Amino acid sequence: MKLWKTILAAAVLTLAAAGTSAFAARTDLVIGIPLEPPHLDPTAGAAAAIREVTYANVFEGLTRIGPNSEVLPDLAESWTVSDDGKVYTFKLHTGVKFHDGADFSADDVKFSLDRARAENSLNAQKQLFAAIDKVEVVDPATVKITLTHPQGGFLYNMGWGDAVIVSPKSADTNKEKPVGTGPFKFDSWAKGSSITLVKSDHYWGAPVFLEKVEFRIVPDAAAAVPALLSGDIQAFPFFDPDSVAQVKDDPRFKVVVGATEGETILSINNKQPPFDKLQVRQAISYALDRKAIIDGASAGLGLPIGSHMSPTNKYYVDLTGRYPHDVAKAKELLKEAGLENGFKATLKLPPPSYARLGGEIIASELRDVGINLEIIPVEWAQWLDQVFTKKDYDLTIVSHTEPNDIDIYSRKDYYFNYDNPTFNKVIADLDVTTDEAKRKELYAEAQKILADDAVVGFLYELPKVGVWDAKLQGLWENAPIPANDLTKVKWSE
Amino acid sequence: MIAYLLKRLAIALATLILASIVVFAVLEILPGDPARLMLGMNASADQIELLRDQMGLNAPLIWRYLHWAGGLLSLDFGRSYTYSVPVIDLVRERLAVSLPLALIALALSTVIAIPVGLFSASRRGRAGDTISMGAAQLGVAVPNFWFALMLIYVFAVWLRLVPAGGFPGWSAGIWPALKSLLLPAVALALPQAAILARVTRSALIEVLNEDYIRTARAKGLPYRTVLWRHALRNAMIPVLTILGLQFAFLLAGTIIIENVFYLPGLGRLVFQAITQRDLIVVESVVMLLVAAVIAVNLLVDFSYAAVDPRLRSRS
Repeated sequence: MKLWKTILAAAVLTLAAAGTSAFAARTDLVIGIPLEPPHLDPTAGAAAAIREVTYANVFEGLTRIGPNSEVLPDLAESWTVSDDGKVYTFKLHTGVKFHDGADFSADDVKFSLDRARAENSLNAQKQLFAAIDKVEVVDPATVKITLTHPQGGFLYNMGWGDAVIVSPKSADTNKEKPVGTGPFKFDSWAKGSSITLVKSDHYWGAPVFLEKVEFRIVPDAAAAVPALLSGDIQAFPFFDPDSVAQVKDDPRFKVVVGATEGETILSINNKQPPFDKLQVRQAISYALDRKAIIDGASAGLGLPIGSHMSPTNKYYVDLTGRYPHDVAKAKELLKEAGLENGFKATLKLPPPSYARLGGEIIASELRDVGINLEIIPVEWAQWLDQVFTKKDYDLTIVSHTEPNDIDIYSRKDYYFNYDNPTFNKVIADLDVTTDEAKRKELYAEAQKILADDAVVGFLYELPKVGVWDAKLQGLWENAPIPANDLTKVKWSE
Repeated sequence: MIAYLLKRLAIALATLILASIVVFAVLEILPGDPARLMLGMNASADQIELLRDQMGLNAPLIWRYLHWAGGLLSLDFGRSYTYSVPVIDLVRERLAVSLPLALIALALSTVIAIPVGLFSASRRGRAGDTISMGAAQLGVAVPNFWFALMLIYVFAVWLRLVPAGGFPGWSAGIWPALKSLLLPAVALALPQAAILARVTRSALIEVLNEDYIRTARAKGLPYRTVLWRHALRNAMIPVLTILGLQFAFLLAGTIIIENVFYLPGLGRLVFQAITQRDLIVVESVVMLLVAAVIAVNLLVDFSYAAVDPRLRSRS
């Protein structure tokens, strides 16, 4: 009898102990990322991987972009805009410290913005700062930015990872040891293996839930699945769409399909005959079967697009009906262009699977209308060199992942070789328009011109497929900008 | 003997110099601009030029070659374009993974292969030989990444004995670090062992047909003694050659296994550096590997001399 009591008591105690440990939620997280960042300074490199580690976690800007592409206050708690739309006065949070203990003030804002737009700046998105005329420190908590002209997207621009505020003390060493104002501070980086962040003790904003986050580099999609299954890694915010089938029926995991800002397109060299003929480009658009391409290149995930705008963007207009899949119509247009016997061209494909797999399908679709493509696989470095810089190509497939980047079609010497004064005018107007209704109108106009001109073959919006532990909450569903914002991430008990 | 070694050394040096020229030239021809890769599609041409200047990419070709080769001589391998840290630091970190991995795999493969080869050769044509050589044939044919995935599913996902991948670093303790190298070492070792076992077997069989083996048997030596003392020793030359080649492969040719287990090894460093056009890293690491291969080959050459007295007396 006594023995039974002892056993019972022990069992109750064990259960109670197990109960409490189950209620104390986990505070650590291991996230898998496919590419290692070359360094960790978002103001000095274009790699998305830099932002996927640091954005909103380590570094903060005046404003920030939220999970649904909205502009939110960040280090600036509020702002006012002058009536002519040229002067922005930002009221900054006080009591903010950098991770190295340095105080944050208006001087750091001036330093960071002046550095980014300087003559010798190596900021990868220098165009974000092009409209800034001067940055003035009014007092330690107020900064005044004067623009050369009113700019509709200015607050949005200041929310990019490239516009984060850095300290003059640590700006030069951020590549190896990033120092920001965010809720997580850099802890260690085992090159080729993982990057670890820990909770910052002196964070000014809402406290975060996680104590320690490790970004582990898993380059191989085949390795991601066992890493999840074994529990070694608990989240892959950017998962390979083709591997989803292996985990989607497992109740331990959540599969979340969202949108990115990556317009995946069949780029066309608009100056290269016969692609300089509108009928030829339109024929290509008619020949493309977007559904088949999405099914084959992206496991059926991803929304079709009819122009250069993400369907989740507030300025989006649906133009996917402009060129329905119509082989007869495509052949007819080719005949009008004097190419009824078809022609040969090349299709250069960079490494991502959307390009390599999509390329095969597109080549077969274009063959049906008489266009014979020679597929040339290229590496990224080669692609940037031959296609992007030297414009030595006929067709290529690529995803343009910068948010809201329809203006690239107005850039001089851009690799599309497209030059339409009407379109350029719309983009120039957009830059100086701040009225929302008018902006919406102009964006719609811009999208329509691109569709009418069939500048490129618009395919689909690259999906963001995230897979993570079902008990994990707060990770972003969409990717309006490259980021893994961990400020709201927590484990449910 | 001395002349033999000196000749080997001279050949090794000439190979190094030739390799440095070829490596440098090939990478220069490779299309792609590291500066454009770093700054991306939105950077202006001026910014690209500025970065190229900073990286020293605008200097004349010959000057850059001499600068680099001169640096190598004084063991200065330059700074990585992308990581902007000294190349030697990167290499040291990676070697801490690749070298132990290669050694464990090599040890495993030798420990498996030599006895299997001996066993097969001595039982030539019998059931034991057929079974073990059949297994070896399978080992050669099965791609090691598939084998690696099977190991992961069994030992990491199902039994949860070892991590599915990654490397915690030696600072996490010897056992955790070793544990994460275990599966990759097995995945690497088995196909190597299969090859080695086959080579050992055929070399032994050839030797066992020699007259002196018959003589040894005829004078009454037990079969076991003949096999170990006379046959195996003479069969070692092709085995050593293969071992040398395998070590070089295990050190840097393991990129697929490194990817499957996401290990931060030397192979992945080179691969990553090539895709990012981090030329200085590629050039320096490739040269280091060339040097390692040459050193291993030298060692193999010296060990020939050790196992084969004729090589010593001939000079």
